[in-house]
Amino acid sequence: MTYQGSNEIPEKGKVDKLTVIFYLFFVLLGWINIYAASFDLENATGLFDLSSRAGMQLIWIGTSFLLAFALLKIDTGFYETYAFLFYLAGILLLAVTLLVARDINGSHSWLIVGPVRLQPAEFMKFIIALALARVFNSYTFRLMEQKNLWLVAGIILLPVILVIAQSETGTALVYLSFILALYREGLPGGFLFMGIAAIIYFILGIRFSDEQMGALSKGEFITVILIIIFSAAMIWNYVKRIGTTVIFLLSAAAIFLLAFPVSLFSVKIDWGMVAIVALLFAALYLLFHFIRYRIRTYLYIFLFLAGSFAFIESAEYVFYDVLQPHQQMRIKVTLGMEQDLSGVGYHVGQSKIAIGSGGLKGKGFLNGTQTKLKYVPEQDTDFIFCTIGEEHGFIGSTAVLLLMTIFALRLFRLAERQTTVFGRTYGYGVASVFLFHMIVNIGMVIGITPVIGIPLPFFSYGGSSLWGFTILLFIFLRIDKSRRRN
Amino acid sequence: MNNNATPLAKRRYIIAAVVVMIVSAYVVQLFNLQLMSPQYRDYADSNAFLRRTLYPARGAIYDRNGKLLVYNRPTYDVMMVVKEMKQFDTLDFCRTLNIDISRFYTLDTDMRDRRKNPGYSSYTQQLFMSQLNVEEYGLLQEKLYKFPGIYIQSRTERQYNYPGMGLILGYVAEVDQNKIASDPYYVRKDYVGKSGIELSHEEDLRGEKGVEILLRDAHGRVQGRYEEGMHDKAPVSGKDLTLGIDIELQAYGERLMHNKVGSIVMIDPKTGEVLCMVSAPTYDPVLLTGKSFGNNYLQLENNPFKPLINRAVAGTYPPGSTFKPTQGLIFLQEGIITPETHYSCYGGYPPLGGRPGCHAHASPLAIRYALATSCNSFFCYGFSGMLSNRSKYATPGAAFDVWRDYMVNMGFGYPLGVDLPSEKRGFIPNSKFYTNMFKTERWNAHNIISIAIGQGEILATPLQIANLGAMIANRGYFYTPHVVKEREDEALEKSYTTRRESGINRAHLDIIVEGMADAVTKGTCRGINLEPFIQACGKTGTSENPHGDDHSLFMGFAPKDDPQVAIAVVVENGRSGATNAVPVARLMMQKFFMGEIPESDQWLEATIINRDIRPYAYTRNLPASR
Repeated sequence: MTYQGSNEIPEKGKVDKLTVIFYLFFVLLGWINIYAASFDLENATGLFDLSSRAGMQLIWIGTSFLLAFALLKIDTGFYETYAFLFYLAGILLLAVTLLVARDINGSHSWLIVGPVRLQPAEFMKFIIALALARVFNSYTFRLMEQKNLWLVAGIILLPVILVIAQSETGTALVYLSFILALYREGLPGGFLFMGIAAIIYFILGIRFSDEQMGALSKGEFITVILIIIFSAAMIWNYVKRIGTTVIFLLSAAAIFLLAFPVSLFSVKIDWGMVAIVALLFAALYLLFHFIRYRIRTYLYIFLFLAGSFAFIESAEYVFYDVLQPHQQMRIKVTLGMEQDLSGVGYHVGQSKIAIGSGGLKGKGFLNGTQTKLKYVPEQDTDFIFCTIGEEHGFIGSTAVLLLMTIFALRLFRLAERQTTVFGRTYGYGVASVFLFHMIVNIGMVIGITPVIGIPLPFFSYGGSSLWGFTILLFIFLRIDKSRRRN
Repeated sequence: MNNNATPLAKRRYIIAAVVVMIVSAYVVQLFNLQLMSPQYRDYADSNAFLRRTLYPARGAIYDRNGKLLVYNRPTYDVMMVVKEMKQFDTLDFCRTLNIDISRFYTLDTDMRDRRKNPGYSSYTQQLFMSQLNVEEYGLLQEKLYKFPGIYIQSRTERQYNYPGMGLILGYVAEVDQNKIASDPYYVRKDYVGKSGIELSHEEDLRGEKGVEILLRDAHGRVQGRYEEGMHDKAPVSGKDLTLGIDIELQAYGERLMHNKVGSIVMIDPKTGEVLCMVSAPTYDPVLLTGKSFGNNYLQLENNPFKPLINRAVAGTYPPGSTFKPTQGLIFLQEGIITPETHYSCYGGYPPLGGRPGCHAHASPLAIRYALATSCNSFFCYGFSGMLSNRSKYATPGAAFDVWRDYMVNMGFGYPLGVDLPSEKRGFIPNSKFYTNMFKTERWNAHNIISIAIGQGEILATPLQIANLGAMIANRGYFYTPHVVKEREDEALEKSYTTRRESGINRAHLDIIVEGMADAVTKGTCRGINLEPFIQACGKTGTSENPHGDDHSLFMGFAPKDDPQVAIAVVVENGRSGATNAVPVARLMMQKFFMGEIPESDQWLEATIINRDIRPYAYTRNLPASR
């Protein structure tokens, strides 16, 4: 129970200054870029004009500072004590919002109280983080107990379902980023690996789903080969038998190698069928080893293999028959299957044009044409990074990206120095949410990830988002401030 | 709780590694987009910038006395922004524009039709109706507040003070695809000179387009000027041109040539400036402006007398006897004859049994008298003497090529280089041409004897014939004829101010001038004798025409000493030179020197103007219904 961290302990009871400086810097940069993005050439308004977006953002920033100050005054025990109560209130609020919210651009997530429009889903982020931290902080808590797993899954999935019902899929995905905190607290890496594998299967499977290779589509064919390689990797990693791994891989490869010379004699080979045979062989091989050596790991790997194949088979069904056409389109555009420069691809296309036209040094403050002239949609909210890229070029956009990355890593470091599981879990939650927002938002703007409408933390215009992140961050800074030191 | 000891604590490094990997990928993508993809900047420019062209005023055209011939008049186009139209009283709008409702709908449909109007957008100004005149403009301007979404755009249109000279001035019209492809200055819908001076001096007249860079949003709506207009460029007006042409003389010439087909060209021999260039029939340049351009153009094109051809530079005729001075000059220069060489004529060229024929005059005769009487035989002897002179030339072909070089130096056989489009070269054959034609090198002067009297294969434009007059007037040199005398702020091209030598000695020219003076005083063109006022020199021509009556020609200059003007007249089917070309030349000379026609000659003026000799050849193949 002794602290063994580095020697950079701040003075007792001080708020972490570096993080606060980062926060202030980001908010200021965001405000300036909102001014630039919404700058109207014909009726230019001042930075402080309250009728403009920048002026409004200034109000949000001011209230956020008050909020931050207030949060730092509240005792840490308060958050821990009332975490579940917060959670209950949050869930209720989400449910109420779902019932009473009017349709705003297809979303039912806005709660309108007098002149204030709020998105409760934004505030749910810190509430979930608190609830998870509270659960993990229980003295006897072990994540891998089945009861606990269900509890944790429930805490995360309940708001996910409610927010999806509000048509805020992006925010729902944000909640899933808490998996990163779970990983730190003991969720087996295999789970994360399976998650990543699922994403890779899905991307490859859908991307190449329109070409047939005999019994399988080209996407399925590639996926089957990947499944065999992943299974081999798992044998190597978990069973630690290199010989078995090599034999497993070689025999699967042999099946393809046998088919190859046959195809040279102009016999038409059904490569899809060959892949299925190889997969079947791999499955039998794993089962055989399980029965012969009574090592259960083989069974799990067999289940992974079978599950993977089932997943890719159902993924195509889900993609084409469950997803809405516009959702399919977004994914297709991201995967490069469709070039739709005036429809869905328009947003990404215009955003890439805006950023790409910035060059090395950018066009200069207020000189960006693409964002200012409304070619880029949502130019001061979700696509605010465009303005940075266009007006400040590669230097500016890379600098912002790197600063945000350093900030995220700083958050992980702060989380690691916590002396309580509550503090660490909460810290990981904050860092995970921030990181997810950053990666998905910037990825979307530069055309790497699909268009998911989530804001860039501290930069994007909007009260709910700024307040949400301020609360998330400053509760953590309060917890960090009062951590036990020796 | 010390978590650093647990294996789970190591996971922070895995997380950090993954974060660093993802961010690195993002930096690579940013690098790619911003530094390796220059196309994005181009996309951005074409997205956001609206380069609005500012059109310069086209240069005006003045005559040699400073009379304004061509200028610009504003016309107005009605522009429409569909998205801004609301509470629109269509009926009132139609009444204002003086169109009926069905016309309104036609115009509206045409405007929205993306095939006819590929740049259509409901957010930007679209051309609804073009070329309103000032009155219509005034009416619409008054009521404009009632019609939201309607704008007026002003443009300029060519305007003319005189009804003639359409062929010289030319016209402007929308630029065609070929021109756009060959000259990056032009874009679709630009106006460009299409013929005459408008075409040949396009680069002087057009000026330089300016550009105004505006910013527009994704809907095409203009948001403001780019960097306060710092990158804008003001248009530069076109250069004004002053012509060598005297509009009074030109108009008078056109009047004389009424109901005739042919040409009058007058040149100031001292400078090469064209004083008048009549091509008959001609047209009123106003016809090729404005709304009825299309119809009028079609009518002019279908006119059997081909008023769209500038016969002064593009009509080629056998020069007939107007050619004889050149022959005399060559024979004298080459020493084939001396001023005292006499040849006999017996009503024809004896060696070929009296072909080509000649008319009654004293015989034998020398060069001076041969010119005065236009003796065919003399020049046939001379030509034959030159080509068969084996002591001087190896073959008749070699002799002929020497002959040809003189002709070319005197301005024949190639375009002179006048500053007008579509100038023809005429035709002066070389020895190879005849070798090919006769399929042997063994041809001689007698095979091609009609050359000597300006017939046969020889063709010349009226401008070349007038230029011959200028060359003789100058006693041996000429300046390339040109229509434009001065360009605003810029000197004429060097080719128009450089003497071109004929290579003939002045002494020989003096003899020829005497012969031409005799022709006026006691020879074939006594009709142009204006003594005692002016001592004119001239040579008639009657060129044989296989399609009908002979063409009537005259070439001359005046006064004999210190010449002021050289002239060529061609009247198609005008029969002998003295019948039509000489009286026309006489009246033109009188107009030129005296400013008006003396009373004694007014009967002649009336006779000529009223004479209708439109050649049958142009109309005979037309359907009978005409």
